[in-house]
Amino acid sequence: MKFEGKVWKFGDHIDTDVIIPARFLNVSDKDELKKSCFIDTRPDFAKGVVSGDIIVAGINFGCGSSREHAPLAIKAAGVGVVIAKGFARIFYRNAFNIGLPILESEEAFASFSEGDRISVDLVTGEIRGLESGKSFFAKPIPTFMQQIIAAGGLVNYIKERG
Amino acid sequence: MTNPMTITEKILAHHADKDSVGPGDLIEVSVDMVLANDITAPLAIRVFDELGTGRGFDREKIALVPDHFVPNKDIPSAQQAKIMKEFARLHDIKYYFEPGDAGIEHVILPEKGLVVPGDLVIGADSHTCTYGALGAFSTGMGSTDVGVSMATGKTWLKVPATIKVVYQGRLCPWVGGKDLILYTIGILGVEGAVYKALEFSGDVAGSLPMFQRLTMANMAVEAGAKNGIFECDEITRAYMEGRSERTPVYFNSDKDATYERVIDVDVSSIEPQVAFPHSPDNVRPVSQAGDIRVDQVFIGSCTNGRIEDLREAAGVLKRRSTARDTRLIVLPGSPLVYRQAIKEGIIETLLEAGAVIGPPCCGPCLGGHMGILADGERAISTSNRNFIGRMGHANSEVYLSNPAIAAASAVLGRIGAPEEIGCVVSEQKGCSDTILNF
Ligand code: SF4
Repeated sequence: MKFEGKVWKFGDHIDTDVIIPARFLNVSDKDELKKSCFIDTRPDFAKGVVSGDIIVAGINFGCGSSREHAPLAIKAAGVGVVIAKGFARIFYRNAFNIGLPILESEEAFASFSEGDRISVDLVTGEIRGLESGKSFFAKPIPTFMQQIIAAGGLVNYIKERG
Repeated sequence: MTNPMTITEKILAHHADKDSVGPGDLIEVSVDMVLANDITAPLAIRVFDELGTGRGFDREKIALVPDHFVPNKDIPSAQQAKIMKEFARLHDIKYYFEPGDAGIEHVILPEKGLVVPGDLVIGADSHTCTYGALGAFSTGMGSTDVGVSMATGKTWLKVPATIKVVYQGRLCPWVGGKDLILYTIGILGVEGAVYKALEFSGDVAGSLPMFQRLTMANMAVEAGAKNGIFECDEITRAYMEGRSERTPVYFNSDKDATYERVIDVDVSSIEPQVAFPHSPDNVRPVSQAGDIRVDQVFIGSCTNGRIEDLREAAGVLKRRSTARDTRLIVLPGSPLVYRQAIKEGIIETLLEAGAVIGPPCCGPCLGGHMGILADGERAISTSNRNFIGRMGHANSEVYLSNPAIAAASAVLGRIGAPEEIGCVVSEQKGCSDTILNF
């Protein structure tokens, strides 16, 4: 799977309250959730994001609450993949479970800025800057997580195993 | 002979049906309790239904607690709560509670004896790590993981390496579990324990009463940890006495267990701590807080909403009033806490001081309802998170502290210590029953 899109750049410790504030958690419909994605700190996000765009962030992305509404909102907004220097534990697991691709790369954070166009190959892990031509490989995804992705999320994975 | 193991590793090995496990092992484990609340349950139920097993794995091992937006704050949240209730009725879930019998999930599960030492608990709430105080392994996950576990009774885990924090020395006045954990998060940073277990150890940890252990384990996730845990001792056993129908299994770490890192903390010089916006690791001693005016003080939450916390706050607020421009909101953590607080005259004391007493629920802790902050407002709160917009407007600020500091700040109208209003503790143990007022 390949994505090509614009970079939305975020810093370190982007927490789940920032991704989607609790006042919007009274629904679980994804079209509703996407409207509130980053609403307090980046009100331009939900309207501006285009299908396939890519979030590039620093360390500890998704820290805080266990709300699965956070990766759901990001996915529903159209983000193709989130690349961060590192992820908080619960978010990491949730993202795989709901089928939001995520990759870890220090170099991507250091090299790409807001608005850059990049491409990401989920199979090889290659991240490439379309203007700069710079290219890096993300940290490999653990085999077990790959199996969950291949099955199309945790629910299918469990179903397949019977 | 098995390898020496930490308490976390022992509980995980036990639930994986293995003699021993080590950090990095990917294991499948059975769960003793699966938890969700009114925000996370509807998504988990959707997953459960998609799996199509038809039945929950065990009606006595699922807890569904409406606590975040209850009593329902608006129509959409009422709809969510209804989904959870209907599911609970359909599947005859034993531990579903109506508000009135409910309260904050992490306050009531230990209180009602639904979690016992040695358990493996997963919950669709990040503060599920609270039960480590009892010597259980408990961790937060998302709704999909929890929905799957409700159907299968199992989950997968990677065994975490353990960071041991050893607390030694003598506690200063007003210093307790909340201060120790804030101080520790200050050392580790909010990502310092990501994917790790945090084991609280040393003489001081061993002397902490259960409510303070619950506060500390509760905030392990604020350093990114998978779980926070205390070894089982006499205090654990005394707490469990007559509390549960289930039989606890008391685990302890082996003396020669392997730790990824050991942090020694001399508590003797630790003052009450305040976490400044917008991160729980942004801590300072209260004496260096400076002149921070507060519009709101919130006492409650799964971190500090227990009876001992309210006792401490009432001890400081006795015969005093909140500052003119400061509102004080107190939410007891459970109906039992509420009733006990009425019995002891704590509610009376708080009301006389000018507090608003709300129902046992999460309320303003997550910016849900009953105490939302406006643009530019500041609050000091006994809860666990002070991220941007956590309690309301994106331009509001949240400071975190223990209940005594929060109570003193309500009187002062700014962040400050009980000594500043003439309140001292008779003994150096930061404990509520020794508060003297002058
Ligand atoms: S009191 Fe706050 S931290 Fe605790 S469960 Fe409720 S919302 Fe979460």
